[in-house]
Amino acid sequence: MSILQIKNLHVTVDTDQGTKEILKGVDLTIRSGETHAIMGPNGSGKSTLAYSIAGHPKYTVTEGEILLDGENVLEMSVDERARAGLFLAMQYPVEIPGVSVSNFLRTAKTAIDGEAPALRTWIKDVRKAMDDLRMDSSFTERNVNEGFSGGEKKRHEILQLELLKPKFAVLDETDSGLDVDALKVVSEGVNRAKDESGFGVLLITHYTRILRYIKPDFVHVFVAGKVAEEGGPELAERLEAEGYDSYVKA
Amino acid sequence: MTELTQTAQPGLAQHGLTEHSHGYGVPIQTRNERVRSTNVGDFAPITLRDEQWRYLAVERLNGLDADVLDEFSGDISLSAPDGVVASWVEAGHEAFGAAGTPEDRTSAAAWSSAQAAYLIDIPAADSHQEVRLTLKATDAEPSALHIIVRAAKFTEATVVLDHTGNGNLAENVEIIVGDEAKLTLVSIQQWDDKSAHTSAQFAKIGRNAKLKHIVASLGGKTVRITPSVDYTAPGGDAELLGVYFAESDQHLEHRPYVDHGVPNCKSRVTYKGALQGNKAHTVWVGDVLIRKAAEGTDTYELNRNLLLTDGARADSVPNLEIETGQIEGAGHASASGRFDDEQLFYLQARGIDELSARKLVVRGFLNEIVQQIGIEDIEDRLTAAIEAKLARSGA
Ligand SMILES: Nc1ncnc2c1ncn2[C@@H]1O[C@H](COP(=O)(O)OP(=O)(O)OP(=O)(O)O)[C@@H](O)[C@H]1O
Ligand SMILES: [Mg+2]
Repeated sequence: MSILQIKNLHVTVDTDQGTKEILKGVDLTIRSGETHAIMGPNGSGKSTLAYSIAGHPKYTVTEGEILLDGENVLEMSVDERARAGLFLAMQYPVEIPGVSVSNFLRTAKTAIDGEAPALRTWIKDVRKAMDDLRMDSSFTERNVNEGFSGGEKKRHEILQLELLKPKFAVLDETDSGLDVDALKVVSEGVNRAKDESGFGVLLITHYTRILRYIKPDFVHVFVAGKVAEEGGPELAERLEAEGYDSYVKA
Repeated sequence: MTELTQTAQPGLAQHGLTEHSHGYGVPIQTRNERVRSTNVGDFAPITLRDEQWRYLAVERLNGLDADVLDEFSGDISLSAPDGVVASWVEAGHEAFGAAGTPEDRTSAAAWSSAQAAYLIDIPAADSHQEVRLTLKATDAEPSALHIIVRAAKFTEATVVLDHTGNGNLAENVEIIVGDEAKLTLVSIQQWDDKSAHTSAQFAKIGRNAKLKHIVASLGGKTVRITPSVDYTAPGGDAELLGVYFAESDQHLEHRPYVDHGVPNCKSRVTYKGALQGNKAHTVWVGDVLIRKAAEGTDTYELNRNLLLTDGARADSVPNLEIETGQIEGAGHASASGRFDDEQLFYLQARGIDELSARKLVVRGFLNEIVQQIGIEDIEDRLTAAIEAKLARSGA
C-alpha cells in the first residue's frame, strides 16, 4: 500500500515577463488502487502539476511538499522519482531521433528495476502489451515517437506504463486526440496495468468520455492553480453539463 | 536546439528558396569562379584570410601545406571480390583526373606530388560488391596519395576507404559513378591523435546513377574533407552524409559541394556532429550551386551539431546559389546547440539517469548517419568509437 501526498504546493515558472506563479496551494492525496480525475479549464495548471510531480526543471516549487510513502519527492532528481515509482504519461511526448523504441524500453526497464530484464520473457511481455494496445510490432524498430501520430504517441505512453509498473501513474490528457476505438483500447490498457500492479492513478482530462472506461473514485475540479471542489464521479457529469463558469467567476 | 556558434544566422536557420531574396548565405566568391588547377603555384599560401581556410590555422596541417609532398609510404591493403581490378596508373590514363580538378592548395600539392594513382575498377556484377581499402599511415612525413574509384555502368557496390594510423596525408579521391550505377562510398577517418589529413573527394555521377557518400571523421588532430559532386547527365542522385565527433583540441572540417550543372538531378546533404571538450572545433560549409542549365533540380542540405560541453565550437555555414528559377526544390537547415531539455526530461522521467540519457541522445543522433553504412562490422566499430568518446566525457 503506497500513498502520494501533495501538500500546499506552490509552483512558479520563469517567463520573459518575470516569474509567474501557476500552482497556488494544491492539496491532494492518492493511495494505491485509487483513481483520481482532475478536470479544469485550459491553462489552470493541470500539466504544471503533472510536471511538478515528475520534476521537470522548468518548474520551481516555492512552497509545500510532495511525499511518496513519507519520502520527500522534491529532493529527488527526475530519474530518482521515476525509480521511486512515479510515472507521467505526457500530454506531448517528445521525439528522440536515432533511439529505437525497443532500445528505449529496455533501457528504461533496466533503469527502473535496477537490473536488465530476462531477455526471453521481456520480448514476450513487450509483444503482448503491444498486441493488447493494437500496436504493430514494427514500432519497436522505429525511433521513439518519431513520426508517430498523436494517437500512436499516447499508446506508446501507455505501453510504457504497462511495462514499467509504477506505484503512481499521472496521465496527462492521455485521452486527447484518440479516436473512439483507440480510447477504448488505451483505457483497457490502463485498467489492465492497474489491475496487475494496483497503482494509484491521477487522470487529467477534459472529457467524461474516458471516465466511462476508467472509473474515477474521486473527481477534483482544478481552477486557477488549485483544487476548487472535490467529489465523486457524479461531479464529472455535472461539470460536463454546466462547465466551469461557476468556479471561474467565484 | 539553441544557437551557440553559427556563422550563417542566429538560431535555427531553415528556409527554402523563396526566403533567399535577401541574399544571405551567398559566398563572397561564387563557387564557379574558384580557381581550379593541378598546379600548387596557382594557389596562394594558406592563411586564415583565405575564405577556404578561414577556420583552420596552417600549423595544424603538420606540413601538408608544402609545395611538394612525399608519396604515401604507409600500408595499403585491398579486399575485394573477384573481378575488381586494382592498379597504379599515371597522368595520361583516361581515369586520371576524370572526376575533378583540385580547388585548393593541399589538393593541388597532393595531385602533383603523387606520380601515380591507385585505381580501383569495379565492373558490373550480378550482386552487390563490397570493396575495402585500408590505408594505414606509418610515419609522420607529410605525404600525398591519389585514389580513383570507378564503378562501371550498372554496377552496385560499396567501397570503404579506411584511414588509420599515425601520419599526415593530403589526398585526392576521384569517384566515377557510371550510368545507372549505384555506389556507396564510405570514407572513415580514424587516425591516431597527432595526425593531419586533407582529402578532396571528387565525384562524377552518370545518367540515372546514384552515389551515397558517407564521411565518418572521428580520429585525428586535424581532418579536412572536401567532397564535391558533379553530374554528367540528367537523373543523377547524390546523397552526401557525414558524421563526426570532435574532442578536445580536435579540428574536424567538412565542406561538401554539389554542383548542379545539368537538369533533373537530385542532392541531399546531411551532416551531423557532436563536440566535447575545450577547443574541440568542427566546421561545416555546405555549398550548393544550381547553374542556369540545371532545371528541375531538387536539393536540400542540413547540418546539425550537438555541443556536449563548454569550450567547444561548431561553425556551420550553408550556401545556396541559384541561377535558374525552374527548380523542384532547394533548401537548407543548420543548427548548433546544446541538448534538448525536453528529450532529456523524457528519458529521465523513465528512470534513466542524466548521464545515460545524454549518451542515449548523442548515440541516437549520430547513429542516424552510421546506420546508413549498411556494413555491420564497420557500423559496430564506429559505434564503439563513439561510445569510447562518450565514456571519456562524462558528457
Ligand atoms: N514555461 C512557461 N512559460 C510561460 N507560461 C507558462 C509556462 N508553462 C506554463 N505556463 C502557463 O501556466 C499556465 C498553466 O499551464 P498548464 O500547461 O499547466 O495548463 P493546463 O491546465 O495543463 O492546460 P491545458 O488544459 O490547456 O492542457 C498557462 O497559463 C501557461 O501559459
Ligand atoms: Mg495541459
